[in-house]
Amino acid sequence: MVIMANGVEPSRKRWTYLDNFLNKPGPTTDPNWVPGEVTINGLETSKVLVIGAGGLGCEILKNLALSGFKDIHEADTIDVSNLNRQFLFREADVGKSKAECAAAFVEKRVKGVKITPYNGKIQDKDEDYYLQFQMIVCGLDSIEARRWINATLVGMVDMENPESLKPLIDGGTEGFKGQARVILPSMSSCIECQLDLHAPRAAVPLCTLATIPRQPAHCIEWAHIIAWEEHRKGEVLDTDDPEHITWLYQKASARAQEFNIPGVTYSMTQGVVKNIIPAIASTNAIIAASCCNEAFKIATGCNPWLNNYIQYSGDEGIFTYTFEMEQKEDCPVCGNLARNLTVDPNMTLQDFIDSLGDRAEAQLKKPTLRSEEKSLYSQFPASLREQTAPNLSKKLSELVVNGEEIAVSDPAFAISFKYKLIFSS
Amino acid sequence: MVERTTTPPPLQGPTAKEKKYDRQLRLWAASGQQALEDSKVLLLNSGPGVVGVEALKNLLLPGVGNFTIVDEAEVSEKDLGVNFFLEEESLGNSRAEETCKYLQELNPEVTGNAIKKSTEAFVEIPSILDHYTLIILIGPTKDSNVLEKISRYAQDHSIPLFYVHSVGFYSHFSVQLPDQFPVVDTHPDPATTQDLRLLNPWPELLIFMREKVGNLIFQSDHEHGHVPWLLLLLHYLNVWKATRRDGKPPKDYAEKKEFIAQVAEGARTNNPEGGEENFDEAKANVLKSLNPPSISNGLREVFDSEDCQNPTKDSANFWIIANAIHKFHTKNKGLLPLPGTLPDMKAQSSDYIKLQNIYKAKARSDIAEITSTIRQTEETLNRNPPIEEKEIEAFCKGAQYVKLIRGRPLRIAKSTEPIDWTDRAQALSQELETSKMLGQESLLPIYFAFLALDRHHDELSLLHQSRTNDPHPIKSLIPGARDISGATLPLPNFVESAHFYTPAVDVDKDPKPWPRFDTPEAQVTFENVVKEIERADGAELHNISALTGGMVAQEVIKVLTKQYVPVDNTCVFDGVASRAGVFNI
Repeated sequence: MVIMANGVEPSRKRWTYLDNFLNKPGPTTDPNWVPGEVTINGLETSKVLVIGAGGLGCEILKNLALSGFKDIHEADTIDVSNLNRQFLFREADVGKSKAECAAAFVEKRVKGVKITPYNGKIQDKDEDYYLQFQMIVCGLDSIEARRWINATLVGMVDMENPESLKPLIDGGTEGFKGQARVILPSMSSCIECQLDLHAPRAAVPLCTLATIPRQPAHCIEWAHIIAWEEHRKGEVLDTDDPEHITWLYQKASARAQEFNIPGVTYSMTQGVVKNIIPAIASTNAIIAASCCNEAFKIATGCNPWLNNYIQYSGDEGIFTYTFEMEQKEDCPVCGNLARNLTVDPNMTLQDFIDSLGDRAEAQLKKPTLRSEEKSLYSQFPASLREQTAPNLSKKLSELVVNGEEIAVSDPAFAISFKYKLIFSS
Repeated sequence: MVERTTTPPPLQGPTAKEKKYDRQLRLWAASGQQALEDSKVLLLNSGPGVVGVEALKNLLLPGVGNFTIVDEAEVSEKDLGVNFFLEEESLGNSRAEETCKYLQELNPEVTGNAIKKSTEAFVEIPSILDHYTLIILIGPTKDSNVLEKISRYAQDHSIPLFYVHSVGFYSHFSVQLPDQFPVVDTHPDPATTQDLRLLNPWPELLIFMREKVGNLIFQSDHEHGHVPWLLLLLHYLNVWKATRRDGKPPKDYAEKKEFIAQVAEGARTNNPEGGEENFDEAKANVLKSLNPPSISNGLREVFDSEDCQNPTKDSANFWIIANAIHKFHTKNKGLLPLPGTLPDMKAQSSDYIKLQNIYKAKARSDIAEITSTIRQTEETLNRNPPIEEKEIEAFCKGAQYVKLIRGRPLRIAKSTEPIDWTDRAQALSQELETSKMLGQESLLPIYFAFLALDRHHDELSLLHQSRTNDPHPIKSLIPGARDISGATLPLPNFVESAHFYTPAVDVDKDPKPWPRFDTPEAQVTFENVVKEIERADGAELHNISALTGGMVAQEVIKVLTKQYVPVDNTCVFDGVASRAGVFNI
């Protein structure tokens, strides 16, 4: 229970609407769900981390606070200032820490919620920091930061400790489109599995920029990549500095004029150089609320949650697609987490291979084994088999080091297992 | 020819406004922004009142010029747990005024008005709705007559009307657009919008083609590798046609495959790259670029309509232009005016620019032809003032993708009479059947549940009236023969109401009652939605209202800017399954 500064327990009256869902089950609620105080307490003590205080982040903070969460932490990563979507800031706030402004604003509006801002890079925090949260809600416009937090959360999963599994709820938008997804690290399709959905824009070949520009964007990229290096070498290009953008714009315009290419504008220069993705408040509202609706359902269990992806498109009418994204076996992040396997270092490779056939989770008949460095034994092709056959009589300790990961595959199963070999002492 | 600027480019950066709205101007440009800033949006709020306020937030941030909130409620404590645009000091004050105040803080350029009145009382004021560009009405309305009155007024005065429900995990909104709502600037996906007219080249294009590929075999590797792919295709098309008895371009998939192979033979492979990028591009474009001219269903519908074929003096500009384009289309054997845009392709800068100019010049000449037809029509019809060139140009560029939405009136659930579904029953039954076939739950029953909720409120209102004013029972007013004779009986709850009474379609044509749950699955969904709405007991969940407010705002923006394509015409959201459905009701 949250106690206000004056020691008075705030009345539950303001949560009348919310309590309709927390005090009684609905037709689709899990039959084992316990309504009432247990659920309400669970919600109020859930610590949730919000990453990104941009347009999506503002919405997420507001929504979580009005979903009854009481302990919200937020980390901002990138500095973009556009007041057309970021409604937790006023013009007077420009220049202040965004995370702190947003926190103070929401705390004032929604009494009883505690928002702890963290102004810094998410990459600077370690596993212990992330372990304290029940879940993480992400509203980022950076692919890199997404991949980082995803890999970290997958890496944190310890099968022995269910508390180590932190649901990741991720939202992203572009123009009238967006998507929200729920990721149960190591159990369901992760950001890395879905990476191909967000293919980066194909880069223009350098020779086109240098010799045969045709589009205004080619002239801008030329100014950005080539002219800047030539004329302002050593100076760091700051895409938020209007002087820098103006300089690039002028260079690009001159080049465009030289080649009779119409259409270079300041706004386009900015767009190309900063790789600006159009964004509007309404799409942020849809995607952020979708994420928070899932967070609320996960934290309270008052209804089943998204499994596991919803795509939204508002360009032409409204189109949504809700589906289960499949986990990828070969996902470099969540595909087959390496299992620890204790082995006798004096065992020969042949004996080890025989033992794999007996293991319940493997049951491999003709395995091929690779260490991180090299092929240990390969069934196919014949030439490689001959080449690696001498390893069969070698001891494991001669082939791998203690703690090394090996990949075991078998053509019969199209699966690849990863084992971390721990030497028994 | 080439547009050369003699003045140096402006040195000043974007204006403060351009900076603030940068990310959205990249979507709807200055014209769309102007339309938003000129708009006056009316919110008729009721219930917990969150969804409408959230929609307004998403409209004020991008700069909708003026908004008005009509709301009779006073701020109570439970509002503070669900509405972000209230503070503790707001308690007891007018909710219209308080939400207006906090919303207005979002954008100093926006003007907000608050009116503490019920929707019912507000619409009593004669012609009051005429002051607004667009209306957002939050349901359920207390009384079906009010809904009907607003719907009819909006229809008669061509004011777009959004009717919205958000209850618990479910929401719904219907969009009532004017009878005819044409959209020219639909922003189609650039990848699908290529019309290069390769099967109908014009003299300037062919001259340039000959200039560039006439001596193909003698060209240096550099030249050869930089011939724009579309000129290559034009060249190989000529070769192909010369060897065919019918002299026709490749028509089906097999012939196109054969043609691709011919093009491939022309590529030089004895170079370090082992091939040529421009030839690769040419091959990749055969399937999509060598199709005979065709028009989209949307445009077909426009061409076929009476307004297009016989415009009058009072016809909207849209129809006058559509009529001229239709004539162009007929005269030019199925061609539409050339959009004039050229995709990027491997080429020397100067060749590409020349090609680009050939396309632009052709587009301009097509526009000129259409403009002259329009001027004739204007003269014949004695129509004034003349349509602006840029409007004609925009239509010509996007002709293939124009959309005409025919607005339909809202369906109004009354306790005293059934909804007449004769025109839609079949399509909606189809929807249920199709969902069943696909093994997917149809979300249409969510819409029915909200209709049932409206009807329930209408019934309550009628019962209240009868208890206060009329000493006699009103049994006769509500068909279905429920015994509600005694004023002492408790009022029916929603679940009872939803199941008690299912209005019939035209009994002669369709004897089944409606909602006709043709599939047992739809019946189950309906039951569940009704129970979940009952669980909510009128409550809004902030997330669902924020989400719905976002969807409504997107659609409002599309309607106000007349850009992109608005939903036609009803959308529901299921926050349990995290799915949305769209229906033409």
